Amino acid sequence: MLRRWVLYVLLLFVFGILVACGDDSETSGDAAGEGTTEEGQEETDGEQNRYAIVFKNTGNPYGEKEMEGFENAINELGAEAILRAPDQPTVEGQIQIIEELIAQQVDAIAIVGNDYDGLQPVLTKAMNQDIKVLSLDSAVNGDSRMVHINQADPEAIGRTQIQAVAEIIDNEGQFAVLSATSQASNQNLWIEWMQTELEEGDYGDMELVEVAYGDDLRDKSVSETEALLQSYPDLKAIVSPTTVGIAAASKVITDKGLQGEVVVTGLGLPSEMAEYINNGVSPWMYLWNPLDVGYLAGYAADALVEGEISGEVGDTFEAGDLGSYEVTESEDGTEVLLGEPFRFDEDNIDEWKEIY
Amino acid sequence: MSTRTINHIQDFSWKRFFLQWEWMLILLIIAIFTMNSSLSPYFLNYISITDATMTFLDKAFIVFPMVMIMIMREIDISVGSTVALSSVVMAVAYNAGVPMVLAIMICLLVGALCGLFNGFLLVKYKELSAVIVTLSTMILYRGIAYMILENQSSGGFPMWFSFFGWGYVGTIPFILILFLLLAVIFVLVLQKTIFGRHIYAIGSNPIASRFSGVKVDRVKLIVFTLAGLMAAITAVFLTSRMGSTRPNVANMYELDVIAMVALGGISTAGGKGKMLGAILAVFVIGYLQYGLGLINVPAQSLLVIIGLLLIISVTVTNLRMKGKLKKKTSN
Repeated sequence: MLRRWVLYVLLLFVFGILVACGDDSETSGDAAGEGTTEEGQEETDGEQNRYAIVFKNTGNPYGEKEMEGFENAINELGAEAILRAPDQPTVEGQIQIIEELIAQQVDAIAIVGNDYDGLQPVLTKAMNQDIKVLSLDSAVNGDSRMVHINQADPEAIGRTQIQAVAEIIDNEGQFAVLSATSQASNQNLWIEWMQTELEEGDYGDMELVEVAYGDDLRDKSVSETEALLQSYPDLKAIVSPTTVGIAAASKVITDKGLQGEVVVTGLGLPSEMAEYINNGVSPWMYLWNPLDVGYLAGYAADALVEGEISGEVGDTFEAGDLGSYEVTESEDGTEVLLGEPFRFDEDNIDEWKEIY
Repeated sequence: MSTRTINHIQDFSWKRFFLQWEWMLILLIIAIFTMNSSLSPYFLNYISITDATMTFLDKAFIVFPMVMIMIMREIDISVGSTVALSSVVMAVAYNAGVPMVLAIMICLLVGALCGLFNGFLLVKYKELSAVIVTLSTMILYRGIAYMILENQSSGGFPMWFSFFGWGYVGTIPFILILFLLLAVIFVLVLQKTIFGRHIYAIGSNPIASRFSGVKVDRVKLIVFTLAGLMAAITAVFLTSRMGSTRPNVANMYELDVIAMVALGGISTAGGKGKMLGAILAVFVIGYLQYGLGLINVPAQSLLVIIGLLLIISVTVTNLRMKGKLKKKTSN
């Protein structure tokens, strides 16, 4: 009986602390808080803008770089950046986060979509409340965004990877693709271009045996790679257009001592891939700078909020250190292209691995 | 000769009344509301509080039957996959030309059938544990969903379908109204009907209840079918919120639901706990997540906080029961 009461008191104490914590941060945040809530209503112009970025999931080094780039741009602009991501790469998690951002009345939401169509209702709700919505990296459909920030031309990304793997394995043999989730719109588009390049180019003796999905999770990508090696003993190469996948595949091949027998290429982070480029598992691979993608998105978000652009074709804006960009037409909306994919090999990897 | 009577209704005691776990949950909700509104200026207003329910109530429909299942010492981990399968079937049926109303009916039917199949397996093969049976169907239902849609998404629903996930009746979200309505019904069924007493009896002692004339198999079949049906209702709301569906939706929903039920004070040892506790727990977890989301707490920290909350609550409810047992033996 006594123990029961003791526990209740203890529990109450814990929640007392929780509440107290809340009060504490209120007092510390009061100086800024009062400014935004009370004065803000009178003169909205003086209020600091808040820009949010929502990535696919947490614990993704690529995503962290992208969010860092976004934050850098927002800081240069003197505004506040909010960085969010659900713990699992799901649409449900992103919907919840966007609802929370709408309730906070942020000025713009930059989204890296987990699904092409699934976020349309919630993003439409955001736009109806005068929040500017743009997507970056992994697009959402044209009706749920004002503009998309594309890291590079999807056609070039897809075709380049096939040309690379063809050169590495000498136009001959089986290869497989290890992608992210099966719904990731950017990866799917690149894979379509890979297939187009395979059909149109002269790759007679090359065969794409399977597209596997590692869901951008390390353990799943590792087991998918192992499954590929099991199923196709003659496999010559793995093309992984995702940073998690390429690192996992390279690690499996290194661990199994298959250097020289199976090669890996695709899109990877230099810092994660340096080891495998130097040990020969991956002769070279590609990527753009995720910092730049986030950075460009930050400036585009600001240009939308300040009314410099409206997401129409032909709009131009300045993106800090990156220079001037123009909005162009894309498949079902408008987009801004960052640039060409960049090649990393043993000549330049050591200099880049320090950067990201 | 005097006969000893055992009163089946305990005398009312204020002490016992206030020592119920449900009060603790109400205190928790008050604490969370206080915390949230002091942490974020965007929390304490009508629109924010009602809109938040739209984000966490979809999976909460499964909490009702899960309470019944866990009171019966069983578990159902296939509900997330049932949501995915019924959602996918609904989308495919609609896109094959079936009218939307009928497609929703089909969705509910598929969900109920999934649940019925779980119940059937459990009743037919009593030596199998519910974890294993529903683990198998969890994989099976998800697999069928993938077979139907492969890696595609399917959508294009009529405009009115978005009412389920986004609509208001007056100023109250439709999902909240339906949830509260079903909550009242389920509380009454579990706490006030013979069917409800049977569920407790099965959880307290399945063998004794069988010999006392409780139709154990029938009760289990009904409750598992209900779980499937509620999963299908979740599917309708979830699909409506996304405007399209994929075979991998509602991933890990079963664990979220079980967490809510456990926080609600329902003991996995069976026979203990109240529907009201689990319903309150839905709001505890929901508003805690929402509030922390409003101050942009990273997702990892959110998981840690909810995990800690669960450990505390499960420890307290179990210690409480131990205390009761001790008192009984000392009497």
